[in-house]
Amino acid sequence: MKPDKEQYARLLKQVCPRSPLLRDFLWAFFVGGGICLLGEGVRAAWLAAGHTLSDAGALTSATLIAASGALTGLGWYQKLATRAGAGTLVPITGFANAVVSPAIEFRCEGLVTGVGARMFSIAGPVLVYGLLASAVWGVIWWLIRPWML
Amino acid sequence: MTRVGDTVRFACPPGVEAWAAVGGKKEADGPLAAGFDLLFTDNRLGEETWEQAESTLQRHCAELLLQKADVTLPQIDLALGGDLQSQCTATAYTFRGLDVPFAGVYGACSTMAETLALAGCLTAGGAARRVLAMTSSHFCAAERQFRTPLNYGGKRTPTAQWTATGAGACLVSGRARPGQVRLTAAAFGRVRDPSVKDGTNMGGAMAPAAAETLYRFFLDNRCAPADYDGVYTGDLGIVGSELLARLLEGEGVDLADRHRDCGLLLYDRETQQTGAGGSGAGCAASVLAAHILPALQTGKMRRVLLVCTGALMSTTTLLQGESIPCVAHLVELTAPVD
Repeated sequence: MKPDKEQYARLLKQVCPRSPLLRDFLWAFFVGGGICLLGEGVRAAWLAAGHTLSDAGALTSATLIAASGALTGLGWYQKLATRAGAGTLVPITGFANAVVSPAIEFRCEGLVTGVGARMFSIAGPVLVYGLLASAVWGVIWWLIRPWML
Repeated sequence: MTRVGDTVRFACPPGVEAWAAVGGKKEADGPLAAGFDLLFTDNRLGEETWEQAESTLQRHCAELLLQKADVTLPQIDLALGGDLQSQCTATAYTFRGLDVPFAGVYGACSTMAETLALAGCLTAGGAARRVLAMTSSHFCAAERQFRTPLNYGGKRTPTAQWTATGAGACLVSGRARPGQVRLTAAAFGRVRDPSVKDGTNMGGAMAPAAAETLYRFFLDNRCAPADYDGVYTGDLGIVGSELLARLLEGEGVDLADRHRDCGLLLYDRETQQTGAGGSGAGCAASVLAAHILPALQTGKMRRVLLVCTGALMSTTTLLQGESIPCVAHLVELTAPVD
């Protein structure tokens, strides 16, 4: 018996359950929005404490990263993420989770060959292509700037 | 021992002397908990790493098996075992501490049926008097090897399955004595690759292999699912089970409500949030020892088929864009004669 590959692919499509998109969207929207709202609150607090606008921004990022790292260590961030999806992935807290989780996971393989080598196994590509994109945009900006001003 | 097509039929069937099932926390919360011999509430099992935890799981399983069979290590001629860790290390490390000839077997999640089938052939052929067959998997060891770190916040796709934390072992001996469950036939599967490249859809990848092995078995032996009390698949889950039914239906084989999937029996999919169902080499192994074999022993079932499916890719081949080749091995188990 051999159903051909196209036939099987069609059958697979029929049978496989689909993601509940509306529910996923709502979770991502409200949790992601909630994290951003929290960030705004933190920023307001740093501003109220007398920091400049740019310092308050950097401190807010640092606060969110630290909070996400702690929650990742406790195993709570991942629990929220199983429902929130992109809502927890996209904000800076998601990036922190992507760095901290392999650091914890591969601790048993040594500080250098485990933590050091594997820490950026998930976030690494984001850094590589993020930096590359900013460099490419820098060149484009340098080329078009004379006409833009 | 005779051969019909791909089936090896044992004229004087080997016996399954004893069995043992060991599981973790989620298995303890599942519907089959009562059938397990030992359940752990802490999946670390007091070890430093998840890999060690899986070996310890196996060690407990092997020790329980020997206890239940009232057999000592020198009375075992060969141990066959496997797991999902790279280079089959969970099993190899277990047998550091068990002084018995050991041969590692890798068939991914099909390993339990594979080791049982091999044990049947070896004991029936006289190469060994008594063979220990064991497999395991550990959710955490599998996650960190095949997917992402445990604390990484990722969302599972609806087709993703849950790797069982469990081990199952059987002791197979040359000729079944009265009162022993009999291993009456075995069939080694052929590799099938339906071009599925999605590593989170194992049921979809493995269903054609299971269908192929079953179809050939029914054809070779001129029998049908209705002749059995249960046709158990290893870990096709909800997606693979539906596909199996449709594929066999297309070949004119009616599963006639005889099909059960170990991955769907081990957990309550809805309340335990195990996605499309349980999976892993320890899934079929523990369900076999916690549920199927006891039912045969007590006469609740007379004759069953166990078809374990294995996805034979690696993380490397998946990243290289390769599709997932799969295999399904089968054993026929029959209730004792008095």
